[in-house]
Amino acid sequence: MSGYTAQFKVWRGDVQGGGLEDFKVEVNEGEVVLDIIHRIQATQAPDLAVRWNCKAGKCGSCSAEINGRPRLLCMTRMSVFTPEETITVTPLRAFPVVRDLVTDVGFNYTKAREVPAFVPPEKLAAGEYRMMQEDVDRSQEFRKCIECFLCQDTCHVVRDHEENKTAFAGPRFLMRVAELDMHPLDAAAEAGLDRKQTAQDEHGLGYCNITKCCTEVCPEGIKITDNALIPLKERAVDRKYDPLVWLGSKIRRRSS
Amino acid sequence: MMRTSLDQGTSDVSDQQGGVRTRTRAAIDAPHLRTDRWWLAPAATAAGLLAFIVYSTWRAFANADYYAAPYVSPFYSPCLAENCDAMRAGPNWDLFGGWWGISPAIIILIFPLGFRLTCYYYRKAYYRGFWASPPACAVAEPHKKYTGETRFPLVLQNIHRYFFYAAIVVAGILTYDTVLAFRDEHYEWGHMGLGTLVFLVNIVLIWAYTISCHSCRHIVGGKLKHFSRHPVRYRMWQWVGKLNARHMLLAWASLVSVALADFYVYLVASGAFDDPRLF
Repeated sequence: MSGYTAQFKVWRGDVQGGGLEDFKVEVNEGEVVLDIIHRIQATQAPDLAVRWNCKAGKCGSCSAEINGRPRLLCMTRMSVFTPEETITVTPLRAFPVVRDLVTDVGFNYTKAREVPAFVPPEKLAAGEYRMMQEDVDRSQEFRKCIECFLCQDTCHVVRDHEENKTAFAGPRFLMRVAELDMHPLDAAAEAGLDRKQTAQDEHGLGYCNITKCCTEVCPEGIKITDNALIPLKERAVDRKYDPLVWLGSKIRRRSS
Repeated sequence: MMRTSLDQGTSDVSDQQGGVRTRTRAAIDAPHLRTDRWWLAPAATAAGLLAFIVYSTWRAFANADYYAAPYVSPFYSPCLAENCDAMRAGPNWDLFGGWWGISPAIIILIFPLGFRLTCYYYRKAYYRGFWASPPACAVAEPHKKYTGETRFPLVLQNIHRYFFYAAIVVAGILTYDTVLAFRDEHYEWGHMGLGTLVFLVNIVLIWAYTISCHSCRHIVGGKLKHFSRHPVRYRMWQWVGKLNARHMLLAWASLVSVALADFYVYLVASGAFDDPRLF
């Protein structure tokens, strides 16, 4: 496909207000939306604010919404749009806007700090950790996360209900809780921290109604809902809603 | 570059409400800016589920045309009241006696209904399709408040695993019914009709859907911290995981197959169709 001129609408403004601005801009073969935003910045709007870094889908910086869908600007090829299509680019709509396409994602760092870190096992020194591959497979899937926060942005629990931000950690950090709870060497339970219980009581797991939007938008293809959130819900059920499991845990105490 | 007066996307921050229109967020009036047919999936889901609800309600309350030897409708199996049709060696058990006056299907359907109602896939389907919570990803939901599954009644979704246990029993009984379908209308063994094939397909899909359940995945191995210490359960967890990846597909396939199996029995029992015998 040779070059053509595309119609873009880009949101510009700040917390005081703003709106969509129209741009006509050149598009060449092989380009991604971030290339076009850079071209607008270089040729028409030098003060257009956009956060970006690696241009390779690995830093998670250039998260935005393209035609209303949360996506990475650098991983969205222009070839998925027709030349006649008007492409709308806005900042993430779940977070406070700073300027133009840049939002304040501080909410996520607050939530990250609320998740207690890995608890090292008592009798092992650094360098002595040994784990079987099958025991770390699950956690390793979650470690692919690039923290683009698209899942946090699309989750309706906080996107549509600002008031839930206090109680709900969001899919990314519930996945972190799941990762630690599945970690073969995490000694949180021995230290008196029950991650299954706190997932529900302190990180708001019950708010999740498993509608899978987090999985749909994940640029790393992590099965957040099926592999992290639902297993974590089942683990919370073990602790809070299943009398048989509770009874079994009282009769027989054995690490699994 | 052109600055436009915008048909969508501009607003004064002072008149904004909650959600995506919260004062600190990018000032955009439109509840969403999606340009694809995002409404198609929830609309199709709602239509499909509604069709099944209407059909199954009619059949469950009909209390007729559910047995044509050797086939018994999956909606009426096991039949646990005195007013059930006589089924030779069939899944009859007069547990509820004569006081049960309405359709005996109601007694047993509560279990598969509860299993599907609390199923993690169907939850997504009806939260999106019926409750618009959310209607689609990044499309604003219409509700002012949201507490998810933290309160009654939705906190009851957490009993899904108990419905899973019941679903295993029901699937076992439907397997028994499928074995009985290898008789002819005179109860002679070693025969097969088109209905036997319908029952076979149905029971395979019922088992695949039941086993692919997220609670099953947790129970067989997902709850473990160290797979390496439980190699058999690890292998089972992997198998269930492969099925679990197709849980949505199996949910729909088994929903359709159970309705078709019931409809087949209805056609044969009502005399509208003769079961072709294969041998």
